[in-house]
Amino acid sequence: MSEILFIGLSLSSILLLIALGLSITYGAMGVINMAHGELVMIGAYTAVLAGIYLGLNLFFALPLAFLMAGVVGLLIERLVIRRLYGRIIDTLLATWGVAILLQQAIRLEFGLTFFGIHIEGLGPGLQNMAVPGFLTQPFDLWGLTIQPYRSFIIVLTLILTGVTWFLMYRTSIGMQVRAIMRNPQMAAACGIDVRRVSMLTFAYGSGLAGVAGVLLAGFKTVQPDMGASVVVDGFLVVVVGGVGSLFGTLASAGILGQINGSIAVLTNDILARAVVFGVVILLILWKPRGLFSMRSR
Amino acid sequence: MTLNRRKFIKQSSALGAATALGPSLYATSSQAADEIEVGVLFSLTGGLSIVEKSLADATMMAIEEINAAGGVMGKMIKPIMEDGASDPKTYNEKASKLVIRDRVPTVFGSYTSASRKAVLPVFEKRRNLYFYPTYYEGFECSKNVVYTGAVPNQQLSNFIPWIIENLGKKKFFIVGSNYIYPREMAKVCKILIEQGGAEWVADEYLELGHSEWGAMVNRIKESGCDVVLSNVVGSSVVAFYREFKNQGLTHDTLPICATVTSEIEIAAMGAEFAAGSFTSFPYFQAIDTDNNNAFIERYRAFVNDASAVTHHALESSYFQVFLWKQAVEKAGEATPEAIREGVKGQTFEAPNGTVTIDPDNLHAYLTPRIAQWGADGQGTIIDEYPEPIQPLPYVAYGETGDNLFCTAAGLDTTKL
Repeated sequence: MSEILFIGLSLSSILLLIALGLSITYGAMGVINMAHGELVMIGAYTAVLAGIYLGLNLFFALPLAFLMAGVVGLLIERLVIRRLYGRIIDTLLATWGVAILLQQAIRLEFGLTFFGIHIEGLGPGLQNMAVPGFLTQPFDLWGLTIQPYRSFIIVLTLILTGVTWFLMYRTSIGMQVRAIMRNPQMAAACGIDVRRVSMLTFAYGSGLAGVAGVLLAGFKTVQPDMGASVVVDGFLVVVVGGVGSLFGTLASAGILGQINGSIAVLTNDILARAVVFGVVILLILWKPRGLFSMRSR
Repeated sequence: MTLNRRKFIKQSSALGAATALGPSLYATSSQAADEIEVGVLFSLTGGLSIVEKSLADATMMAIEEINAAGGVMGKMIKPIMEDGASDPKTYNEKASKLVIRDRVPTVFGSYTSASRKAVLPVFEKRRNLYFYPTYYEGFECSKNVVYTGAVPNQQLSNFIPWIIENLGKKKFFIVGSNYIYPREMAKVCKILIEQGGAEWVADEYLELGHSEWGAMVNRIKESGCDVVLSNVVGSSVVAFYREFKNQGLTHDTLPICATVTSEIEIAAMGAEFAAGSFTSFPYFQAIDTDNNNAFIERYRAFVNDASAVTHHALESSYFQVFLWKQAVEKAGEATPEAIREGVKGQTFEAPNGTVTIDPDNLHAYLTPRIAQWGADGQGTIIDEYPEPIQPLPYVAYGETGDNLFCTAAGLDTTKL
């Protein structure tokens, strides 16, 4: 029983990890960021490259990936999304284009393959991010088998959620973000630099995606199109949880992960996936704005 | 304007003649004086490009080597490369393009069975020839395909009895990706397991590309099996082996015995996750012969990557071009029918050893080998047949060397 709970919890933590960044870019800023998965991928590649060229392990790769994905997110915001605020369908198309661009940039090694140059760690192949040995060796604690890597993901996800909550609800910049979420014109009228705050918010959400990428790299493969499957799960969680609600994202990741985990263990993964989608449909029919929607005026 | 009957016939027949003549006027002829065009059809983009790019590279390398050595009958081979884009429908379109517009006499291509099945009608209808380099599930008998990868009897007929006898395992957990290859492989596995007096406790599948293995590995743990037989394909392999170790399972007590896990996947997952597990293939990078070592060196130079790995389908992609060359030279002309007749019985010293094309079913004689993966990401070959064995694509349905289902005359459906 405890094992089923643990698998569910671990699935939840991964969903939450991916959705956390999205709940900010989509939830708070109204941007359907189809490139979110590619920011995850960039985080993963940062970890791979840091391992090869700088000899850094997973722990040092985490802040590096946060910065890297954050900077790429910042560039996307400045170059593309800034011109498209309020045009939600257009952001979908534009960021999808960005996603394909980023994928191909990695696959073609930024175009260097055309000149016969190969950078180890890039290209169309599968890449390997080394996981420190002590994170792969399970141990027993009070009769339970603890899987260190999954536990590590769960703990780190909770910390990141806590930090995000603190930033959003206990700092002045968080207050500004929430003001912009409610009504950007009014926020601007009150003297908030909407452009700057939006840019930083987007960069922060992207950075979280980068961190997710490093952690995913530890048990998935790193490859140029690894982000595509990830982004669907992310949107699922954010929409069910209620757009713009951090607590909603947390709750929906928890619920969907547990449903997926327990059904997968009892029957099989394919059925579990179908049930999750079924539950999502019912939840959206029952609460079209998500479980914990923000009341708008 | 009036159009009388005579005028109409005259005009339309002129038009008809023009269209009939048309293609030969501007289509490039494969019989040009100094070169022979061939098609090379692999996915250079999409999810399968990871593996298929390396197959395309190996094919191009073989063509380059043949050209450097003087070509085929004094003619250079000119490859026309097309991208299957990891999509069977695109494969079909590109195959049609190569066969109908470019009029190549042969196409080298495909990794997955799905893409081979998609192009098969093109080659059968147009009486063209396809060289397919990948190990596959068997159950196919086409006069228009030359199969140079392993079929189940060259991958499993040695493997399952070996697991039962040498590892002493009795309870198999069969797991695979959800499509035709793993399902057909599982069918063969079950027959062999029952013949060997062992049993299988489960036969489970996950979607191709699935990367969340927590629940499945948990089920493996609870099932009471003592060996896992994996037909898992692609990037899922990595996630599977990692989860396996993360849940505390070890290959010492519960080994994964795989039919797909090759050097590529091992390099991607990190060798420590696979160390101790087994794979059955006719070719491993670790085969320590001068021929193979030189092959690896040339391949690494060709792709400009000093740590590139070689694997079974890659090696087949390479040597099948040489078999094709010998077939053209034997036939004396580069037409699909002549090449097919020419390739029957052709023998070549490939990096894995001697390969021969069976004159009946156009599959390759290959040497089954079993390797155990080490901490360095390379296999140690621990079991090896003394010589290549005959390919039997219908082994799951009772085919034996004395009772072939697929012969030069075609498939004998009464035996199925």
